[in-house]
Amino acid sequence: MKQEQTLEVIPLASLLERVRAMRQRNARLVQICATAMPDQFELTYSFDVEDGLASLRVMVPREDARVPSIHAVYGCAFLYENEMHDLFHVMVEGMAVDFHGNLYNTAVKYAFGETKPPAAKPQPQPQPAVAASGN
Amino acid sequence: MARTIIPFGPQHPVLPEPVHLDLVVEDEKVVEARPSIGFVHRGLEKLVEKKDYQEFVYVAERICGICSFIHGQTYCQAVEAIMDLAVPPRARYLRTVWGELSRIHSHLLWLGLMADGMGFESLFMHSWRVREQVLNIVEATTGGRVIFGSCKIGGVRRDMDAGAIQNTLTELVAIEKDLREVTQVFLNDNSVKRRLRGIGALSGQEAHELGCVGPVLRASGVAQDIRKLGYAAYGELEMEPVTRTEGDSYARCAVRCEELLQSISLIRQALGKMPEGEVAVKVTGNPKGEVIMRTEQPRGEVVYCLKANGSKNLERFRVRTPTFANLPAMLKLLQGCDLADVPVLVLTIDPCISCTER
Repeated sequence: MKQEQTLEVIPLASLLERVRAMRQRNARLVQICATAMPDQFELTYSFDVEDGLASLRVMVPREDARVPSIHAVYGCAFLYENEMHDLFHVMVEGMAVDFHGNLYNTAVKYAFGETKPPAAKPQPQPQPAVAASGN
Repeated sequence: MARTIIPFGPQHPVLPEPVHLDLVVEDEKVVEARPSIGFVHRGLEKLVEKKDYQEFVYVAERICGICSFIHGQTYCQAVEAIMDLAVPPRARYLRTVWGELSRIHSHLLWLGLMADGMGFESLFMHSWRVREQVLNIVEATTGGRVIFGSCKIGGVRRDMDAGAIQNTLTELVAIEKDLREVTQVFLNDNSVKRRLRGIGALSGQEAHELGCVGPVLRASGVAQDIRKLGYAAYGELEMEPVTRTEGDSYARCAVRCEELLQSISLIRQALGKMPEGEVAVKVTGNPKGEVIMRTEQPRGEVVYCLKANGSKNLERFRVRTPTFANLPAMLKLLQGCDLADVPVLVLTIDPCISCTER
């Protein structure tokens, strides 16, 4: 096994083609990492290949972020893709196993992808004063 | 045939931590399992935006209470790689020793849970009795039993003097004897074999395609162990990945049993070869750059992605834990299994939900 790491930024349009090429090299899908940048999401697909770790990176605009699913190439990608959706609100198109936002039961939806602070919890309404009944 | 959905978890006798499975069953056969996680999601990755990168070692180590030390070690190695810090050789050896002690107590924890899941209570108690002996070494050498707190960026916080090394080696003799007795029961007892053999078989190709890691992958014949990358002191020690070819629950159990003895050997080698010298270097400045760091935890490969922009807070901290990588395999194993085998198959990947809910 080797330690070498490579990182290549590729256009979103070529993602599926490049992932298929990884599959043909018998590479193992190691992880998909989403990072929320100020105006875009950085999605890194890492593969264990014979000469180390190879990563492919695509940049996706934060507004209406969408990427194609790689589930048809790597069946085990569905967890990473659902995680991207549930934590970052990145829409993954064509997911074969879609938990519809229910994989992570987090208190705050899309907690890693939203820039706005979470809405404040509703405060309990003050109870009307009850007049003391005295005899 | 009518289908029924049986909820499994989040609270269940075989689950030490909460994960939920909706088991779709036809009669006694499971046809599908739908997981649901996030019951105790802590958002630790997000916390990196608020904690200083040096202070964050404490958070990384608290991702899990079982492989805590290796979480801290992996985080430190990642920051050291970004900052191009050369860790003193003695610190690398000490990290190896504590990492292997973590592996032994984690595997013993799993063996106990598996014995308990099979209803073999005396074997469960023996496994955890031996685990206590390992935790005693950890406590004597680090001061902690769950959180070691001994790893820091640039090296380690504590050294082991000659007396501590000798005590550890003496204790290891007794632990190895007990380990051989306990693992012989797991490998040879008829009731254990009947409960595990042929249950949940996964071929090497399937395990590779499903992205499996650790003992789950090696039990299917794939000789991949991230320690072979040579991080810490592993590059200077003799070790070969433990593999089996059957790919079933028994093989996964057997790999963990053999890895216990392998870890004893690695600790002896590391203590025998440990060079004299400093155990830490001074760290100044802030990290800038990014790296993906991989190490071998008891449950398999853990992946740390760190991105730093030169400030005291990291830009991104992401952990892909081994349990997360093994979940697709668990779901695959559950398809078509008998309902009675679900607890064994869930346990067989050694799920750590605390890691997954980082």
